Amino acid sequence: MSSLDQLRPGQRARIDSLDGVDALTQRLMEMGLLEGQELEVVRLAPLGEPIEIRLGDYCLSLRRREAARVRVTPLGVTGE
Amino acid sequence: MSSPAPDTPGLSATLAIPTRRLTAALLGNPNTGKTTLFNALSGLNQRVGNYPGVTVETKKGQMTCSGQVFDLIDLPGTYSLAARSPDEMVAVDVILGHQAGEPRPDVVVCLADASNLDRNLYLTVQALELGVPIVVALNMIDVAESQGIRVDAVGLARALGVPVVPIQANKRIGIDRLRETIAKTAGGPPPACGAKFPDAFDGEAAALSAALGPEVEPFLVRRLLIDAGGYTEQRLSERFGNDVHVKAKQARERLAAAGVKVPAVEMQARYGWIRSVTSGCVHRPAQRATTWTDRIDRILTHKVWGTATFVVIMFVVFESIFTAAKPIMSLIDGAKDYLIDLGHDILPPGQFTSLLLDGVVQGVGSVLVFLPQILILFGFIAVLEDCGYMARAAFLMDKLMARCGLSGKSFIPMLSSVACAVPGIMATRVIENRRDRLATILVAPLMSCSARLPVYILLIGAFLTKGFPWWVPGLTMFAMYSIGLVLAPLVALALKRTLLRGETPIFLMEMPLYKRPSLWIVLRRMYDAARAFVVRAGTIILAAMVIVWALLYYPGGTDAEGQIREMREVVKEDSAALKEKEETLAPLQKELQQLSSNAGDPTRIAELRQQVQPLSDEVEKLQKIVAGAEEKVRPVEAEWKRQSYLGRLGQAIEPAVRPLGWDWRIGVAALASFPAREVVVGTLGIIYQAGKVDPDDISSAKDLSENELTQALQSARWDGNPDRKVFTVPVALSLMVFFALCCQCASTLAVIRRETRSWFWPAFTFVYMTGLAYVGAFAVYQIGQLLM
Repeated sequence: MSSLDQLRPGQRARIDSLDGVDALTQRLMEMGLLEGQELEVVRLAPLGEPIEIRLGDYCLSLRRREAARVRVTPLGVTGE
Repeated sequence: MSSPAPDTPGLSATLAIPTRRLTAALLGNPNTGKTTLFNALSGLNQRVGNYPGVTVETKKGQMTCSGQVFDLIDLPGTYSLAARSPDEMVAVDVILGHQAGEPRPDVVVCLADASNLDRNLYLTVQALELGVPIVVALNMIDVAESQGIRVDAVGLARALGVPVVPIQANKRIGIDRLRETIAKTAGGPPPACGAKFPDAFDGEAAALSAALGPEVEPFLVRRLLIDAGGYTEQRLSERFGNDVHVKAKQARERLAAAGVKVPAVEMQARYGWIRSVTSGCVHRPAQRATTWTDRIDRILTHKVWGTATFVVIMFVVFESIFTAAKPIMSLIDGAKDYLIDLGHDILPPGQFTSLLLDGVVQGVGSVLVFLPQILILFGFIAVLEDCGYMARAAFLMDKLMARCGLSGKSFIPMLSSVACAVPGIMATRVIENRRDRLATILVAPLMSCSARLPVYILLIGAFLTKGFPWWVPGLTMFAMYSIGLVLAPLVALALKRTLLRGETPIFLMEMPLYKRPSLWIVLRRMYDAARAFVVRAGTIILAAMVIVWALLYYPGGTDAEGQIREMREVVKEDSAALKEKEETLAPLQKELQQLSSNAGDPTRIAELRQQVQPLSDEVEKLQKIVAGAEEKVRPVEAEWKRQSYLGRLGQAIEPAVRPLGWDWRIGVAALASFPAREVVVGTLGIIYQAGKVDPDDISSAKDLSENELTQALQSARWDGNPDRKVFTVPVALSLMVFFALCCQCASTLAVIRRETRSWFWPAFTFVYMTGLAYVGAFAVYQIGQLLM
């Protein structure tokens, strides 16, 4: 199983679970990162971080530290 | 009708049946057009409010809905009501009526972005449980439609159990209906629908509620149960004792054993319900359309093009505050100097004239001089933020700033501080995290601002130019700027590891859609920033200026001024004659010069020569007389400053500044420059008897070696040791390093006080920077002595 910080731009994935029960996990879930939700990595910032993801109707950027909390199952790469 | 008529509360209130004034609160996610809606509802009638103990600002305004006047509170934008800090608690406190001095709102308007409805409704669904009537304002329906998303507002209202009004806040569409709905809903019953939590959770919440008593709202009990270590838990335990922690912890453990995960249970319940609500009334296209934002972002966040665009934008912002503000600043400065000179000419001399002109006018002038920079920077910030670029800038710079413990949002404040720390510190408002914001505020004054420039130019021009290779002045200037650039991130890192230590702030940043910035929002932001600076910081700056004026004026001021006036009185007629002759001479000389360089009419040249010669002889003679009198004035002025309270203090602290290579006069100049660094140039001028010196003249002078102050500094000797020069290269460097690192700027301190709402942080900044400056100057002087 991989985590969100390991995905490359263009890759889609489904969220399996989120590690931890602290404020960080709470914030991630409040922003819509929930089990079963699908997402797509849009791009990385020029310095490799933060990561921009598309989540439902909007885009969110997060650092690797945050993304590492999110366990995902890769679904494939969007062809564009 | 799409544009609302201006509010006329007085008129409407008299027409309607007089009732109690009602209150409405505006709640919503960031980037949903909340400010635009607030402006549309309240018009020009608004002000910025602050609550004690929090740094976020809430705006207040008035609106009229169906003849009923409402106080409208614009709550800080947030994604959730799960508060972790006092700042995040403001919205909850206001809505529950716990904020001292605020009545409980009769209605809450929840703003939701139709193009991103599920996530926006999360906050709305939390608000449904606050026991207050809710109106949902469904904004950006046009944006949603352009993406093929259609929202059935009637169906949404039925499913949520609260009124839903579709609006386009930026085009003022739907505002009238929203007003009517607000008036109809206010004071009515609270919403009946809501997300369903598991029974086990409801049971634990009920048990906790029973233990805490009826005065703790069910909403707060749920927050206590869900937000382990959150602000509600902290506050309730202050009220009810440690027992609260224990009970909440036990309840969470029992829930975990029963298979209910906290905090996940809340998001699962709410998003689950939201999905069941929106699945019936939101129609999305099968294939997501590529938006303009996608296309623009391909360039603006691109490794090469994005970075290049960022550099260009930052350069324009920086150049504007650095260069474009200059002419207006010079104008303000010039007007101030003109007023002071004029005042001294027409008012009788004495302490009151001096207080008014050298204290108050000088002080007001030095407050107003910051306004151009503040207005320009906040204009840019408002545009960048309102159009959505600010998030991209933070996205690009985050990694770099993370290395010194900050985030991408600290970049613009830090960059702005290279022009001036005052607008830079005010710009930290874009940083939500309190510790990051404080760290940025505390290191911003280390960046080499433009007020340090006159000090550098003067000293480099006087001591590091003549007899040095051509690259020395430039290199020294570069070194002075580098000190701040290198030290600011290091100090920030040190602060984040010690005083401001804490969990790494969570970095989750929405990338909003790009949109056209609203002129109204930009102007309002500039106005608010300028007003906040003048009203809150301006008074402190003025006070500091007046105090330093008094310390330099008394006790000898009245006598010295009298003496100086007498000395000038003697040559008064000569001065007037000189001025008149000079005025006659100037055009003649000019004509002569023109004619002789163009080989003009020889008879006219001869004629002019005959006129000019005797005139210029006379002018020269008069100049000598007047200069002779000024020569006598200078020691009196110097002695007056030496005997002033500040002068005495400077002499008393000479042992402390000796290790930096300074004599007492440099010490006094450094002390007197507390209100503003550039004052040191003027004070050095007086103390070293070079007459009045304007820092601007130093900055614009091409060749400083002929400058009187330069010569005075070069020839200055230690008291009682005429063989020892005061200024050597190590002393000049030590003084420059001191001014590079110290916080001799009352405006900066006043702004820190205003932004942090505490005297501790400005005091801390002053102490740590002065300490750093002392150590730096000491090291430079001592090492310099060894090398020279």
